[in-house]
Order: sequence, then C-alpha cells, then structure tokens
Amino acid sequence: MAYVAVKGGERAIDNAHAWLAEDRRGNPAVPELSLAQIQEQLGRSVDRVMAEGSLYDPHLAALAIKQAQGDIIEAAFLLRAYRTTLPRFGYATPADTAAMQIRRRISAVYKDLPGGQVLGPTYDYTHRLLDFMLAAEGKPPAPAPLAEATEPTMPRVSDILRGEDLIEGDGNPNPAQEPGDLTREPLAFPASRDVRLQALARGDEGFLLAMGYSTQRGYGGNHPFVGEIRVGEVSVEIVPPELGFAIDIGDVTLTECQMVNQFKGSKTKPPQFTRGYGLVFGHAERKAMGMALVDRAMRHDEFAEEPNAPAQNVEFVLYHSDNIEGTGFVEHLKLPHYVDFQSELETIRRMRREAEANNAAAALQETAE
Amino acid sequence: MPTPAPETATRQRWMSVLARASADAIAAHLKAAPALPPSTVLRGPESGLVMMRGRAGGGGSPFNLGEMSVTRCTVRNAQGFVGHAYVQGRDQHQARLAAELDAALQDPAHHAALEAAVIAPLAAAQQAARDEAAAKAAATRVQFFTMATMRTS
Repeated sequence: MAYVAVKGGERAIDNAHAWLAEDRRGNPAVPELSLAQIQEQLGRSVDRVMAEGSLYDPHLAALAIKQAQGDIIEAAFLLRAYRTTLPRFGYATPADTAAMQIRRRISAVYKDLPGGQVLGPTYDYTHRLLDFMLAAEGKPPAPAPLAEATEPTMPRVSDILRGEDLIEGDGNPNPAQEPGDLTREPLAFPASRDVRLQALARGDEGFLLAMGYSTQRGYGGNHPFVGEIRVGEVSVEIVPPELGFAIDIGDVTLTECQMVNQFKGSKTKPPQFTRGYGLVFGHAERKAMGMALVDRAMRHDEFAEEPNAPAQNVEFVLYHSDNIEGTGFVEHLKLPHYVDFQSELETIRRMRREAEANNAAAALQETAE
Repeated sequence: MPTPAPETATRQRWMSVLARASADAIAAHLKAAPALPPSTVLRGPESGLVMMRGRAGGGGSPFNLGEMSVTRCTVRNAQGFVGHAYVQGRDQHQARLAAELDAALQDPAHHAALEAAVIAPLAAAQQAARDEAAAKAAATRVQFFTMATMRTS
C-alpha cells in the first residue's frame, strides 16, 4: 500500500487551488496571455508538450501550457489525461517523410547532397547572446527573404547513401505485422524496435538528451554522424472504411533525424554504416537526435555488441523515458503516507528497544566477568 | 442515392483542401456561393483521435508515433448525397461545413459553382502559403563555393 485516503483537508485544498488560480494569472495589471500568443510565440514549448503528451494538437497544448504556468511536464500530463476522454477513430498511413515540405534540411556528412543544405529557421550559428531588442517589444521583424524554390521535397540522405550499399537499409517491413501500441498494451520485454521507437517518440527530451550524450561520451559509443535532420510539414492520410479510399486530414510538423554510425560487418556481409532513427512531433531537433542515438544504442543485439552501457539497457531506458510515469511515481511521495510511516515508526522503535536491551545485557555480562 | 459524378481523385482533392481550411475561411467563401442544400447529420460532428505512424529509418517497418486530434462528420443532403469529413483538430463547425460541402460537391448541379467559389480560392491560398514557406527555405540554402588557395613562395 502506497498511501491511504485522508479526509478533512477539503477546505484547505479548495483555498489552495483558489490561490493557485490567482498565482497563475499573476499581476492582473499585466495583460492576460492568449492561447494564440502561446501557440504563435512559444512554439517550441507547444511542440515539446505535444511530443511528450503524445497528442498533436497545438491549441490544446497551448491551453495546457497556460494552465500549468509553463510547467512543460505538467502540461504534457494534462494532454495525456485529456486524450483518454476521446475515442480512437483509427490509424493513419505511415507518414512519408521523403515527401515532407522542407523548412530545414541539413546533413553533416554530405556537403553537396541533392536538394542542398537548407538551414531554415535555426538557432544554429546564433551567438547565444541575450537580445535586449526583444525586451523592448518593438515592431515585428522584417519578413524573411525569399528565393526561388526549385525542389519543395528532397530525397532522404539515407536513400542517397544506400545507392552504393555502404549503409544499412531500412529493412523490409512485414505487411502482415501490426506495430505494437503502448496506448493499448503495456510495455513487455524484449521490446521490438517499433515499440521502442514509440516509447522514445513520447519520451522525455531531457532523459533522451542525457542518454544520447552518454553514448557520445563512451557509454555504448558508436561514433555517430548526423546523416540528416529534416524539419517540415507532412500530410496525414487515413483510409476511412466508409469511403474505402485514402484522404488527407491535415498537415503536421515533424522533425526527423537520421544518425549514421560506424560500421559493422560479418563473415557474410561486408562492413556497412549502421543507423539510428529519430522522429518527433514539432520542431524538436535535440530530441530527435537524442532519440536516434538511443535507438542505435538499443539495437546492440542486431550487431552482436556487448550491452554494458545504460543507453543499451532497453528495459532501463524504456521504463524511465516517460516523464508522465516518472513524475507520477516520484510526486506521489508528497501525498499522505501517514499510516505507512506510522508502521515504520513502530518498527524502528521496536528495533531500537531490542538493540538497547541487547546492549544492556552485554554490559551486564561484561561487569559480571 | 444518385451516382456520384466526380472521380475519386477529384473528391480526395477537395476533401484535402477542406481539411486544411478553417471554418471561418470556408464560411467566408460560402457567402459568395449559392446556398448549400439543407442536410441532416448522420454522424457527429464528433472529435476523436487518429494514431499517426512513422517508419523505422524513414522507410522500414511502421511504428506508432503518437496521436492527433481529428473531428469527423457525416451528413445527407436534400438531394440524397452523403458527405463525409475528417479534419485535423477539434473544430466541429469546420467538420460540419466540410461534410456539407462534400455532399454538395458530388452533385453535378452544384459542383462547378462550389468548386469555383470555395474550393479553388481555398486551394490557391493554401498553395500560396506552401510556396511562401518553400521560398523562405530556398533563401536559407547554403551556396557552397570553392576557394582556390594559393601558396606564394
């Protein structure tokens, strides 16, 4: 038993929540944040809440951020709770990231790749100096420059490299096999790659960053290069049974990371680069990279690597990557554990009495000798 | 029910345009079109979830990426055409309008007028937004040039 319900705090709880509401609003002389402002101007927070809440809905994510006072994990928790109130209409056709409308697409391994290096709206190459112009709340910035676009979509770097057979392929999907779904079936081990990727896609960005970083520092290292990062809009397609044909239901922003890692080969196969894969809701490069590093580390069994690093421990990673579960279990410690602790107190008092009695008996015996 | 005149591809196109248009934008263009025939709702509008999928490595085995909110609606109009809508998000008004338009657009008597007044301008606006994003992306394309280095002895 973790805790027992305790009655009697209702009025204190109501008053605490009333104060929370006032605290959330802050100084009423300052204009209230609108959901549109959050959605438009705190886009990376919205993206992170959608990814970790595992629900793509920018408007709801903005509401959750407002309600949680910007606490990203609390906001993701709110989205996860909300999704349980909605029916599942079905599954979409797997997203075709090669058909993405590219806003950003870079490769750290190929300078002259078909389609080119497209920087997009990036923080890379900024100086990380605070911009006090933003504090002045001035005029909107000048529109971004335009140039003639020749290729709205671009081939994935992994598909380009595969031409020479230097890199492992995507594998042949088994059309008969339905991917596992963590929202329907609890985690079970050994976890197949589809389940691992689903868990990582909704995993905590900080956790994946730390785990990915640990592989770079030598804990399960596999010499990664960013084969490609692409960010942009992908259309979502479903086949409703009442129609019997595919329809587009909208666009979502996705970030994809193709990590290229050092080679593996065997007696029957010549050496090839291996790969790790990341795909995340929204514009979330750090998370997509962490996911790709951890995905590759967890594939140790495919390459006969000795799994002795934390990031290679599938069970450890998957059981601790979900910040909603983590926060639930850690934060429940705040709830009343009075009865639990009472029994602990009785135990420790008994142990101390016994210890004191033993000491007294030993002392008596010493004096007698 | 009368035989639907348009090909599936044409219907897919207008459904994709309506799925990406806000209720306000659809309603604004409907003002310039002949009134939609009355219709009765057969289902919804109701909000729910669709599980999105990706593929390992981009092209491998599918995996479940996460859910998105979707709203659907089905109507039958006075001429007997059944219209369906599945649209991203939770806007029930958008789903209802999209379903009514899907029904009316299947009717040869209404198709041309609605296509011209509603679908074509919405499609043009959506294409313009995509073109603008593509043009901004193109402006951030790195133009590598080779520097000839020369050592003077």
